[in-house]
Amino acid sequence: MDYRFESPAAVRTRLREVDYLSDEAIAGVVFLADRLGKPILVEGPAGTGKTQLAKSVAEILGARLIRLQCYEGLDESKALYEWNYKKQLLRIQAERNADSSWEDIETDIFSDEFLLTRPLLEAIRAEDPVVLLIDEVDRVEVETEALLLEILSDYQVSIPELGTIEARQIPMVFLTSNNTRELSEALKRRCLFLHIDYPEMDREKEIVLTRLPEISDSLADQVARIVRSIRQLELKKSPSVSETLDWAKTLLLLGVESITEAEAVETLNILLKYQSDIAKASKELQGDSGAKKPGVPRTS
Amino acid sequence: MLELLSGFIVELRAAGLPVSLTENLDAMEAITHIPLEDRDAFKYALAATLVKNNSHWRAFETVFEVYFSLRGSEYSLGGGDELPEITDDDEIPLNPEAGGAGAGGGGEAMSPEQMAEMLFQAMRQGDDAMMRALARQAVTRFAGMEPGRPVGGTYYLYRTLRNLDLDGVLERLMEEAQQESPAPLTPLEERLERDEFESRIDRMKKEIEAEIRRRLVADRGVEAMAKTLRKPLPEDVDFMHANREELVSLRKAIYPLTRKLAVRLARKRRHGRKGPLDFRATVRQSLSYGGVPADPRFRYPRPSKPEIFVIADISGSVAAFARFTLQLVYAISGQFSRVRSFVFIDGLDEVTQYFEGVEDISVAIHRVNTEADVVWVDGHSDYGHAFEVFWEKYGREVGPKTTVLILGDARNNYHASQSWTIKEMRKKARHVYWLNPEPKAYWDTGDSIVSDYGAHTDGVYECRNLRQLEKFVDILE
Repeated sequence: MDYRFESPAAVRTRLREVDYLSDEAIAGVVFLADRLGKPILVEGPAGTGKTQLAKSVAEILGARLIRLQCYEGLDESKALYEWNYKKQLLRIQAERNADSSWEDIETDIFSDEFLLTRPLLEAIRAEDPVVLLIDEVDRVEVETEALLLEILSDYQVSIPELGTIEARQIPMVFLTSNNTRELSEALKRRCLFLHIDYPEMDREKEIVLTRLPEISDSLADQVARIVRSIRQLELKKSPSVSETLDWAKTLLLLGVESITEAEAVETLNILLKYQSDIAKASKELQGDSGAKKPGVPRTS
Repeated sequence: MLELLSGFIVELRAAGLPVSLTENLDAMEAITHIPLEDRDAFKYALAATLVKNNSHWRAFETVFEVYFSLRGSEYSLGGGDELPEITDDDEIPLNPEAGGAGAGGGGEAMSPEQMAEMLFQAMRQGDDAMMRALARQAVTRFAGMEPGRPVGGTYYLYRTLRNLDLDGVLERLMEEAQQESPAPLTPLEERLERDEFESRIDRMKKEIEAEIRRRLVADRGVEAMAKTLRKPLPEDVDFMHANREELVSLRKAIYPLTRKLAVRLARKRRHGRKGPLDFRATVRQSLSYGGVPADPRFRYPRPSKPEIFVIADISGSVAAFARFTLQLVYAISGQFSRVRSFVFIDGLDEVTQYFEGVEDISVAIHRVNTEADVVWVDGHSDYGHAFEVFWEKYGREVGPKTTVLILGDARNNYHASQSWTIKEMRKKARHVYWLNPEPKAYWDTGDSIVSDYGAHTDGVYECRNLRQLEKFVDILE
C-alpha cells in the first residue's frame, strides 16, 4: 500500500505550503494516521484550527473533502444511507402491469440505483481520494456514536439488503470534538488522539504573519504577546486563534503601527466575547503598573 | 525496547490512565513507523495512541520523562559517576557567551557571581542551549544530590532554586528593560516584557526539574522513580488533601466539567420523557391518515426545575470541598429554578446574595469566606446549632420543590446532633442529600456522626474527588 507522507517533517512542510502552520504533535499524528490507517480524533478549544486541519490535509492531498456535520438527532438516514422510497414506489407501480415476479422486483428495488448515499457511505465508496471530516462529533447522542464505529474501525458499511460495502481505499478520517461531553471509550479506542491547544507565542505570530501577509513583523509580535498575556488570565473564554486573526486584521485596518494601551482596550471586544472578560482584561492591560497579578496561578 | 514499553504501559495504568489492549498494540505498531532517535516524534506517537483525554496529558508526560529521559543523545548522562566530567563538557557551550568573564577555567572555577551573571544573560537572550547547560551546572552545584538518599525531587529542586534566586533575576531583567528603552515603559509594555521573562524563567525551572529527574532516575532506577512521582489525575485528587498545585489543576478541571454537566442535564430534561398525550393535536394529525390516530402527539414536557438549597460547612477541615461544590452548583445553576446557599461553622448565614449578579464565582467565594457571619461561639463546627438556626429562620421556605444539599464531614465536636431538624426538613423537601468529603472508612469514627443525620436523608454520598462529585450531580433532579 502506498503511503501518503514520507515523514512527519514532510507533513509539516506540505501543510505549511497551504498556509497551515502545524507543530510537531499535529504533523506526527497526521503522519501516523496515514501509516496506521486510523482516524484522528481532534479535540481542543474552539477556534484553534481543528476543522481547518482536515481541510488543509485534503488540500495537500488533492482530495475531495466530505464533511458530516454532527448535531443532536442525527441518524443513520442522514449519516450513512437511505433508500429512495419514492423512486422505489414508482418502480413498483411501473411494474404493476408487467408480469414480473415479486422476487424480481425485490432484488430490483433494493439495488444501487435506489440507494441514496449519505456522507459516510459516500466516503467509503469514493473512487477518487477523499478526506472524511466528521465535525463536532460530541454533539450526537451516545447511541448515535455507535453508527460510526463500524466505519471507523473496518472502513465498511453493512446494509442489510445489499451486504457489506467495503472501502475501495482507506480515506483519511478526521473527527473533531469540542469536548462538551465525554466520548465513548469504544470510539476513542479506535482513533488516534490529538489535542490542539492554543499555539505557543512564536507559532501564533507566524500564523498571523502567514494569514495576513501585509502585517508588519513588529505588530504581529505585539499581537501575539498581548494575546498570550490575556490567555494567562482566568477568563470565561480565552481568545482563539481565529479571534487573534480578526483582531490583527482590525488593527491593520485601523492603520495601527504599534499598539498602545488605549487602542488595545478599545478593540478588546474583538478578542473577547464576554463583558466580564473584557472588563477584567482591560483592567489588567492598563495595569496596576503590572507589578503583581493576583489570582493568576502560575504552574511552575 | 518491547520490555521497556510494556513497563511504561504498566506504569501508565498504575497512574490511573485507562490503556486498553488495542491501544497498547497500536502504540507498538506506531513506533515502528517513527524514527526512534527522534524523541519528540516518539513521544507524540505514544501520546496519540495511549492518551485519549487531555487532562491525562500531564500524568503521561511525567511517566514518559521518567522512562525515556536517559535516552536520546543530548540527554545522556554519560554514566552515573562521571558528573564532574559533564560539567567540563558543559563549558563548551558556555564559553562563547561568558566571553571575558574568566570562566574559561572550567566549571569548578566559576564563582557564584559569575554563574548568576551567566544565568542573567541566558535569560535575557532566551538562549535555550545555554539555559539547559546552566540547569545542569546549577543542579550539580547546588542541589547537593547524594546517591541513594531517599528524598524526593522537590527537595533538590527547592535547594537549587533557592540558590539561583530566579525572582531576583526577574527583577533585574525588568530593571534592565526599563533602562534600555528610550522612553519609560508603558504599563502595557512592561507587562508584556514581564510575561516574556516569566515564561523564560518557567522554562528554566522546567529544565532544572528535568535535570534533577534525570539524575534521580539514573540513581534509583526507573520503576522506583515512577512510583515516587506518581500523582493522582485531576479527577481523582482528594479535595481535603490537595496541595496548592493540585488545587490549581482542580480549578482548571472544574470548568470543562461544569460545561459537560450542564449539557448533560439539559439534554436529560429535553429527552428524558415525553409529556402527556396531546389529544387535540393527535386528532388533528389523524385526519391525514383518514381518521386513524396513527401518529399520537404528546405535549411538550415541562418538568419542573428543582430549587436547590446548599448548606455547607466551611470550617477549615472541609472548606476546599465546600468551595468546589458551591462552584459546581452555581456553574450549573441555569439547570435549577433557583439556588440558595447557606454556610456555617457553628453559626449559619445565608450567602446567596454574594453569588447574585457576580460573573466570577471565585470572587463570590472569597466574599463568603471573609464576610459571612458564621461564627457563633468558638468557631468550631457545631452542626446541631447550625441546623437549628437554619430550621428556625429558613425552614418555612423549604417546599416540595426544594432539594437540600448538605455538605460536611459531620464532625460535630461532640455537640448535640439535633438530627430532628433534618428529619423535619425531609418531610417538607423533595430530597435531602448529604455529601461527605471523608473516605467512607472514617465515617462515624471519633466525633463524626454522619449516620445520625444520614438516617434522615435520602442518601449520604462520599464525595472526595471530582469524579464522585460529577457522579452525584448526575442524579440530581
